[in-house]
Amino acid sequence: MRNAFAREITALAEKNEKIVLLSGDIGNKLFDDYKKKVRGRFFNCGVAEANMMSVAAGMAMCGLRPVTYTIASFSTTRCLEQIRIDIAYHNLPVIIVGVGGGLSYAENGASHQSCEDIAFLSALPNMKIICPGDAMEATLALRKALEQDSPVYLRLGKKGEPAVHQAPPDFAIGKAIIVSKGSEVCLLGVGNMLPTAAAAAKALKEHGITAEVVSLHTAKPLDEELLRAAFSRFSIVATIEEHSIMGGVGSAVAQWLAQAPDQKARLLEFATPDRFFHTAGRQQYARDCFGLTADNICGGILRALKPGKN
Amino acid sequence: MTNNTGELESIARRIRRAAVRMSHDADVPHLGSSLSCVDILTALYWATARIDPAKPDAPGRDRIILSKGHAVSSLYAALSYRGFFPETTLASFGRPGACLAEHPYPGCVPGIEAATGSLGHGLSLGLGMALAGKTLGLDYRTFVVLSDGECNEGSVWEAAMMAPAQKLDNLTAIIDYNRWQATGRSEEVLALAPLAEKWKAFGWRTQEVDGHDMAALLRALRAPSGGDEKPSVIVAKTVKGKGVSFMEDNNNWHYRVPNEEELKNALKELE
Repeated sequence: MRNAFAREITALAEKNEKIVLLSGDIGNKLFDDYKKKVRGRFFNCGVAEANMMSVAAGMAMCGLRPVTYTIASFSTTRCLEQIRIDIAYHNLPVIIVGVGGGLSYAENGASHQSCEDIAFLSALPNMKIICPGDAMEATLALRKALEQDSPVYLRLGKKGEPAVHQAPPDFAIGKAIIVSKGSEVCLLGVGNMLPTAAAAAKALKEHGITAEVVSLHTAKPLDEELLRAAFSRFSIVATIEEHSIMGGVGSAVAQWLAQAPDQKARLLEFATPDRFFHTAGRQQYARDCFGLTADNICGGILRALKPGKN
Repeated sequence: MTNNTGELESIARRIRRAAVRMSHDADVPHLGSSLSCVDILTALYWATARIDPAKPDAPGRDRIILSKGHAVSSLYAALSYRGFFPETTLASFGRPGACLAEHPYPGCVPGIEAATGSLGHGLSLGLGMALAGKTLGLDYRTFVVLSDGECNEGSVWEAAMMAPAQKLDNLTAIIDYNRWQATGRSEEVLALAPLAEKWKAFGWRTQEVDGHDMAALLRALRAPSGGDEKPSVIVAKTVKGKGVSFMEDNNNWHYRVPNEEELKNALKELE
């Protein structure tokens, strides 16, 4: 996703002279092409994320379109107050890009993992949160984010995520994308868990269950129209996200569901647990530990469909 | 705009009278902090900044940020007397539903460049504005007024390192160095001194002035950049509660609000 982001921001900034890219001392090689083609509009803000967010706000106040870029945990929790007051309170069109959302940097420890960022940022008024499901969605999400006149948090994976879309889908902020149709179960894949959602649907098919796969790329605002349709059509709706069970998309859907009368479906939440990941190991190992795998999701859904039989 | 220091001092006294009255009428603290930065604000709004109250959003205007947002009563008074909004509005300060809150909110009244209140944000915001000016090819200046206690915040020093790296000679920080913060001497709570030397070491053009000497403030604010592409900082030595004898250098007035008798006596001293 990050390579797709770098390509797209370069192409967009070549056309739009208001775009400025602020980096928290990462992405050096990644943005070589940008720096070559977009002279004078790349600012390395150093390892000083709090300042970077306020600088971005100050630039936006003067009519520029700042895009900040660093690792998701440093983009959010490190500088939450600057985002809250300088960006969200002023309702400024700053795009905050967090690379390596969720467990992408599992091997670097909890300092680099970002399983609470959606919880923190979704509590901020004016903030929109987009979690693209693959590189193509990341490209489209950036384009749409730049059309907003308010803040956007763009939560990217890292690199090498499987492509889910073969052709560019219709992409609108707050409008989920139906990736494949199904009739019994609905899998709402969030961000870099979308490929796992698609894999879980395949696994369910082997058990004779057809699952609809949806890219719920916008964590805030929720696509309530899609939720209404999904909870009335299916027997199970599952949220699948690389984020804590506390305050993530599953929580938001549960909150919506609690106030939506007469829904047919049961909600299952697949997320990281309410604890830190205290061991070495890369993203896939961390996902295995937390049950964020196609097999485990498939098993959980089968157990919910046929209690006592699996 | 005026260069007449006597006239500027008269304006400053008027702003101080308003700040004292607003504190009393609205039962709002931070009066000592509001009084210490009045001369700095007066020098900026009446004798330095390129601003037009009729065009508060003009792209080429100079930007002034009061980063120590708790002193906003003086800023509201300054903006009002400078013509940004009607003077009658000042009477609504702190009232439920009024646009003049105890810390300014975004767009509350014309002339407020940023909502401040939590310390340590203004310099970074101003840095972003100065960087935008360079990026857009606009020649405006950005001024940020900070408190000395605010220099406790780490983000101030993040900005202090970035501004020289970006060669922002269009950025000026003014430290209202009244040597008090909420609960103690600013040089004792954290090791603030030597403050001017710290900024110099960070790569800023550094001037130290008496923050109540209007002529000295004007000289410092108007000093040519010197062509060295450095941002500027003015360490303005001030007195908390300046202008009212029983408030001067008395930190009780960080939180205390004047009663009727104190209001009367303060206004008399400020005539």
